[in-house]
Amino acid sequence: MENTVTSLLPVWACLASLLAVPLIVIFRKEIFLRELTTFVAGFAKLGFVLAMLPIILEGKVITTTLFEGVSGINVPIVFRVDGLGMTFALVASSLWILTSLYGIGYMRGLKEHSQTRFFAFFALSLSATLGVAFAGNLLTLYLFYELLSLSTWPLVTHHQDKEARTGGRTYLTHLLGTSVAFGIPAIVYTFIQSGGDLSFAGPAILAGNDMGYVTAVALLLAFTFGFSKAGLMPFHSWLPGAMVAPTPVSALLHAVAVVKVGVFCVIRVVTGVFGIELLEKLGANLVLCWVAAFTVITSSLIALSQDSLKRRLAFSTIGQLSYIVLGVALLHEMAVTGSVLHIAAHAVGKITLFFCAGAIYVATGKKYVSELAGLGKRMPFTFAAFFLGSLGVIGLPPTIGLISKFHLVVGAAGSGHTALLVVFLISTILNAAYFLPISFQAFFPSKGAKGEWANATFSRANIKEAPLACVLPLCITAGLTVGLFFFPGVLLNLAEIFVDSVK
Amino acid sequence: MNDQLPAIIVLAPMFGALLVSLVGNRDHRICFPVALVSLVISMGAAIAATQQVFTSGPIDYFMGGWEKPLGIGIQLRIDALNSLVLLAIGTVSILVAFFSIRRVGEQNTEKTPQFYVLYLLLCVGLFGITITGDAFNLFVLIEISSLTSYGLVAMGSSRRGTHAAFNYVIMGTVGASFYLIGVGYLYMKTGSLNMMDIRTILASNAEVADSSAVTIAFLFILVGIWIKMAFFPLNGWLPNAYSYCPSSSACILAPLMTKVSVYVMIRVMISVFGLDWIFSNAGWSELVVWLAVIAIMAGSIFALAQREIKKMLCYLIVAEVGYMVGGAWLADDGWWGLTGSIYHILADAMMTLCLFLSAGIFARRFNAVEISDLEGLFKRAPWTSVGFVIGALAMIGVPPTCGFYSKFYLIRGGIDAGQWQFVAALLISSLVNAVLFFRIFEIAHFGNKPAEGHNQEDHSREKITPQDGPWTALVPLLTAAAIIILLGLFNGQIVELIRVALDDLPPMAANFK
Repeated sequence: MENTVTSLLPVWACLASLLAVPLIVIFRKEIFLRELTTFVAGFAKLGFVLAMLPIILEGKVITTTLFEGVSGINVPIVFRVDGLGMTFALVASSLWILTSLYGIGYMRGLKEHSQTRFFAFFALSLSATLGVAFAGNLLTLYLFYELLSLSTWPLVTHHQDKEARTGGRTYLTHLLGTSVAFGIPAIVYTFIQSGGDLSFAGPAILAGNDMGYVTAVALLLAFTFGFSKAGLMPFHSWLPGAMVAPTPVSALLHAVAVVKVGVFCVIRVVTGVFGIELLEKLGANLVLCWVAAFTVITSSLIALSQDSLKRRLAFSTIGQLSYIVLGVALLHEMAVTGSVLHIAAHAVGKITLFFCAGAIYVATGKKYVSELAGLGKRMPFTFAAFFLGSLGVIGLPPTIGLISKFHLVVGAAGSGHTALLVVFLISTILNAAYFLPISFQAFFPSKGAKGEWANATFSRANIKEAPLACVLPLCITAGLTVGLFFFPGVLLNLAEIFVDSVK
Repeated sequence: MNDQLPAIIVLAPMFGALLVSLVGNRDHRICFPVALVSLVISMGAAIAATQQVFTSGPIDYFMGGWEKPLGIGIQLRIDALNSLVLLAIGTVSILVAFFSIRRVGEQNTEKTPQFYVLYLLLCVGLFGITITGDAFNLFVLIEISSLTSYGLVAMGSSRRGTHAAFNYVIMGTVGASFYLIGVGYLYMKTGSLNMMDIRTILASNAEVADSSAVTIAFLFILVGIWIKMAFFPLNGWLPNAYSYCPSSSACILAPLMTKVSVYVMIRVMISVFGLDWIFSNAGWSELVVWLAVIAIMAGSIFALAQREIKKMLCYLIVAEVGYMVGGAWLADDGWWGLTGSIYHILADAMMTLCLFLSAGIFARRFNAVEISDLEGLFKRAPWTSVGFVIGALAMIGVPPTCGFYSKFYLIRGGIDAGQWQFVAALLISSLVNAVLFFRIFEIAHFGNKPAEGHNQEDHSREKITPQDGPWTALVPLLTAAAIIILLGLFNGQIVELIRVALDDLPPMAANFK
């Protein structure tokens, strides 16, 4: 039996950035105040989230009802914070502060237009993200999921040129199209099957339901493809398309907030809608496992061939998201723990990589991997951070990536699916193959390497980094990648609390 | 005073209209205050009546004290169902009155009093249609609202408007005549014109109820109302009439006329013929739902083909009418389709209002008629854009707007009834709406020809001073947008009220399916 605490803290955490939106618009002429608003809101948000942390760590659950439904007819809009939601909220709200700092450096460095709109929608999408993290039932989840799709569109299309329009089209048609075509029918079907219950509290919504194998597989796939922010193939192409966005957007939204909302929803569906027991009984999870495994391998192979740095990162993200989906679909205790941990681990690793890509662009205007040879001598901090970030994503020590991947691999072994274990291992090799050469070439360019800095030498005078507001955040996130390896306690606890609650 | 509420609702705008016609010509400035005051009185009475309905049950009112058995008495009846529609009419008419302030004056100054007279009489008709308890008076009131709306459509200066109004007159008259013929048949068989009487007679006398004359009466009435609500393929009059008339006329007609007609259909189904009688005819439900599916698809496809903003919105109305007719005819066990349909009357009234107000502002500020004229809209009119975007999102069905919840209830009804074609049509129409509106958003955001590449020149593009609508237009628009969201957030409470209205309905048992 879970202990429930009623508190308005999740509402405040969600509102903190929402209330910042009008202020950001009001202060559009006073740039200092506008930026200050973002930071005040960011720290307030993190503060509210941290205030909830001790309660969650005690194994309790925080709930608030925002709008009452009518019993038997309606589903209320309700917040419910548990271990999983807390992990995600913690990651998103702390990285928002760093991204804001980075965003200021990046946007000013490139003299971007419409910065007010940029920061306003950024704040709005953070509210939507926390709304998803705290959603207490399927309807609330869907509500904030759609709000996130819409509020990130102006960010993706920020440049307002032809390329942005194309990317924006792909973005919305994929995200909205799948959620309407697969997501809504799946939710309505669940609503009817469960007799009007969509709540994540208590046992899983469909636990004890006597649906057949085919129905279960169809419903599971409808949910996972419906929440296409998770980037499962074949509904992944919105993510590379979204790379037209300014890099801070790619960093926080398309490495952390938006994509993690996708896998977060998948975790909720597997554990909260079906329940591990039901899926295990029917064996319906295996189909999802193989879809995810296919995505892991295929996206890694595609990433190998991408020369555009951001696109390579995007395809790497698609693969890493499927790690999380695969982990939870294995239904093994260790694997699910690994999935929850990987939300945080991949977030800090990948945001570092994106920050680096953006810093490189601000400092040199380069976007392609082939142009980066030797650049490490000019931007040593950035590339050192890039190296640590890659280690985190590949899952090598001393980074948090190792811990999450270790759990995933042990879970795969424990569940007896050796083939899927092999998928993890092959993918790790591929990850290393498309990431490590970048850092290596940057510091030790091969003899015949082309590029402006191929013959650069290392000296203090040559160092020409991006503005401090860009470099500082990426150093911090790189530090986090390593730091969390040594102090993973809180994250591990949260993951275990969550896994205990859904067992 | 409280006993007279139903009369006040109808009479306030009527006396307002008289007053405007008497003194309006001397001083045009008096027209708007008189109109506003009389509408506010109506709205106040409607709110008071609604409260009374939900605390102590339906209100019956007999004009002049003529009780119903006499046959010619005019009965007004406010119950849970129509009190909500009354509130919608009141809200829309007050908001559009503000919008009309300068709009009328600008176009054709000497017609100001005439506009307000027609406007108020239209409200008389709509309020009357909603609360009358008499089948013949319903015809009279439909005629009042139709005649005034012909006038309102023809008021503009464009010749296409006059032509559209003429079309509208012909189609509208055919519809009203069909309705009247149906009522005639019904009177022949039952000897009564009072809705409750007819209902009692049909329910108690199986011989009458099973006669083909009653069936014919029902079909005439139904087709008559379908013409009035522009149910595909009887929608020919609507797009031109609503897109070539003055903006103020479009803003009051588009949200209300079709929606009130849907209400009339539901009222006739529930209170005159009875749902058990209607759905005991095998196959009717399936047939009408298929027609609704065709209406939804046709409306969506035609909307996709339009290049003019208002025309596109008009075809969306055609699709939305399909939603409501289909929902009302789903005949699922829990009446969820009907519930969704009634909720959608309120929701769609606000959504249509919001979009037509925005279109009115576009036309006024930027002379924007075609979608491509909306280039750079988000920069040029940020506040108008906020209202427009909320209206558009509601049409697409994005939570937490009311558009999402009405779809939710309708889809639930469709699934319960096993009418999957309706569920599919709703989802496809949402997707089409998404395409329609995001096409506009793209033009508003990127312009018609976005720059080829992202370069430094883009960053120094010239500053555009926002040119939002005047507050008289902006306040109604943003109010409507706020109501759209509130209707969505409080959908639970509203649906509970609707369920009160449906409480007395027979459970949808398999035996008369």
